[in-house]
Amino acid sequence: MWRVAHEDEIFRALADPTRRAIFERVALGEITVKDLTAHFEVSQPAISQHLGALRKAKLVTERHEGRFAYYRADPKGLAPLFRWIDHYRAFWPEKLQKLSALLQDEAKRS
Amino acid sequence: MSETPATQSIVVDYELPCSPAKAWRALTEPALLAAWLMENDIRAEVGHRFTFRAQPMPGWDGIVHCEVLEVDPEKTLRYSWRGGSDAPGSPGGRLDTEVRWTLAPSPSGGTLLRLEHSGFTPANGFALDAMGKGWRGKLAERIARAVEGLA
Repeated sequence: MWRVAHEDEIFRALADPTRRAIFERVALGEITVKDLTAHFEVSQPAISQHLGALRKAKLVTERHEGRFAYYRADPKGLAPLFRWIDHYRAFWPEKLQKLSALLQDEAKRS
Repeated sequence: MSETPATQSIVVDYELPCSPAKAWRALTEPALLAAWLMENDIRAEVGHRFTFRAQPMPGWDGIVHCEVLEVDPEKTLRYSWRGGSDAPGSPGGRLDTEVRWTLAPSPSGGTLLRLEHSGFTPANGFALDAMGKGWRGKLAERIARAVEGLA
């Protein structure tokens, strides 16, 4: 089962709280090691090491431009963790909130 | 193993600030439904087949295939909710589920709306639930959202 093997790898990569926090920050948008270091109380080499582990788990991709390396989350890397039921557990409350807001606006207009 | 695997459901209750008549329109008129859910060609008519169209993501074409199964105006609307794929690398596997909406007037003049999304199989989620261990479940939710945002 390739999927289970890859899942384990992803969970191992994210088991470390600092690494998980780094991943969550990278998932917000492309960022350099230097900017990441400013967000965490961890040295730049340590950040680089965490990024290396996240890259190995295929959660993060690296892009070089000039002197800088930019990191971003790879949505394909997250796919093995994706489960429909988890998707819809987040999806429905969000959508119902939207429906409620829509009906509220309409009530105000009429 | 010959036994049918148990399925899992999602139930969400919501109170809407409008009459059941209005809420019913928001569930059954394509333009209104699209404004809060997804692009669609729904018609509240048993047997009508329609689709919802969302943003595709890696391993999913973004299309939900539906068929209206039950219509009781301003009370119940039920349709099948199918999609996904068995192809390797597809997130969550094939989805063969049902969505049921139940409406009732609330004491304060609004509508009590219940959503039941049922029929999730082990492949659609049990594996991760079994692995559970607290943060993993939470993380999966956040990651599902992140995937949606990045796709």
